[in-house]
Amino acid sequence: MGLLARARPDELARLWAGLGAEPAFDWLRRPEAGTVMLRGRAGATGAPFNLGEMTVTRASLRLACGTVGHAWVQGRGAEHARIAALADALLQTDRAGELRAAVLGPLAQAEAARRAARAARAAATKVEFFTMVRGEG
Amino acid sequence: MYVAVKGGERAIAAAHAWLAEERRGDPAVPELSPDQIREQLRLAVNRVMAEGSLYDPDLAALALKQARGDAVEAVFLIRAFRTTLPRLAASRPLDTAAMACDRRISATFKDAPGGQVLGPTFDYTHRLIDFALAAGLPVPPAPVAPPQAGPMPHITGFLDREGLIRPEPPSDAEPPDLTRAPLALPADRALRLQALARADEGFLLALAYSTQRGYGSTHAFVGELRIGRVPVAVEIPELGLAVEIGEVELTECETVNQFAGSKSEPPQFTRGYGLALGMNERRTIAMALVDRALCARELGEDVGRGPAQDEEFVLSHCDNIQASGFLEHIKLPHYVDFQSESEGLRARRAAALAGREAAE
Repeated sequence: MGLLARARPDELARLWAGLGAEPAFDWLRRPEAGTVMLRGRAGATGAPFNLGEMTVTRASLRLACGTVGHAWVQGRGAEHARIAALADALLQTDRAGELRAAVLGPLAQAEAARRAARAARAAATKVEFFTMVRGEG
Repeated sequence: MYVAVKGGERAIAAAHAWLAEERRGDPAVPELSPDQIREQLRLAVNRVMAEGSLYDPDLAALALKQARGDAVEAVFLIRAFRTTLPRLAASRPLDTAAMACDRRISATFKDAPGGQVLGPTFDYTHRLIDFALAAGLPVPPAPVAPPQAGPMPHITGFLDREGLIRPEPPSDAEPPDLTRAPLALPADRALRLQALARADEGFLLALAYSTQRGYGSTHAFVGELRIGRVPVAVEIPELGLAVEIGEVELTECETVNQFAGSKSEPPQFTRGYGLALGMNERRTIAMALVDRALCARELGEDVGRGPAQDEEFVLSHCDNIQASGFLEHIKLPHYVDFQSESEGLRARRAAALAGREAAE
């Protein structure tokens, strides 16, 4: 669910389109935009405080076979939430393998690549201290 | 006092139409897209997210476009939009120790585990205008190195273990929320941190600077500054468990400050805490200094030496939407107020002049 929630909506839509026929479904909750209050901790480890909100969209649906799928995704993308909820439902069916191969695998790869690229750039900016020889006498 | 008057509709409509034209600027110059603002004016976007108190880079970029680059106006748009959205949940407290850091520096420990990682910083640049940027030349790729695998522990953790720094008692108390209840004074630290996290950056900066210059000095070191991405987890009622629903970029600053001790506590370091949505280094350092200054009362320190220690003053004036709303309302029609004031003045002047004549 985290992977689907964090996915870039255009990337998810492109991979989803390659999956083939969408199953029929009924909405339990149409995509609804709202916010989640983000909390921090005083001094990183102390009492919680309200930092600010972030936008989210949630949706729930039921496939014709009765399987229920839920999604909470970051941002205001109704289509993003719809696909994520459908994927959540399909993962509980016999199409799970197909979904993993066509959508979740490539999403995880793309995310790992983005993270590795940033981590590699950060690592290159790590300071290597050296001590200058102190002049004696 | 406001008086209902009619008659401005045509002028207002024309003013707004002209505003739209001016916003667009010279049509011969290509129009900016919100995507371009989000990617290329990222720090402006981050300021709007932090002070708008809403993490949504696309929305903040659009607000900046609509506001013609005016940060406070863009924050106003974000705050107004936020009020239209239902609050669906609160996140679990963000675990900044698990941050994927782009930047992490300490001014107190040179050899901290995880090291000093500079990240994409303006520090050490020469602050010379780069005319090559105007030419739109391609950007050479940044160097890379094998990513660090080890953890990036919080620096203050080392002082914690030695007992040198005042502990931050862990708790899971439900924090107060100033978007739901009016600010009540005295405010506890959680409420103060919420107010500071969305406060005007310029105000925070000036207050923090005032403490450095001696108005309530707390002698701060930047124990740690880190910038990076942190996962957001929420308990989903439909599922009955906590799941990751996204990732946000945060800036966190912990300062290490002197504290002489009190009757009940030995001398020790204390900390100031700053946390902001997005890469927002200056505001986060400033927030940490102001947070520490505002802890003076709880620490039993001598208060009243600096405006930054005055909770009522700081919390009542730090919000730029409240402040600009009240400030700018005085440009709206006050014809009747002013008429009444000027009539009063005329009467007092006439009385004063008549008194002087009588005396002569």
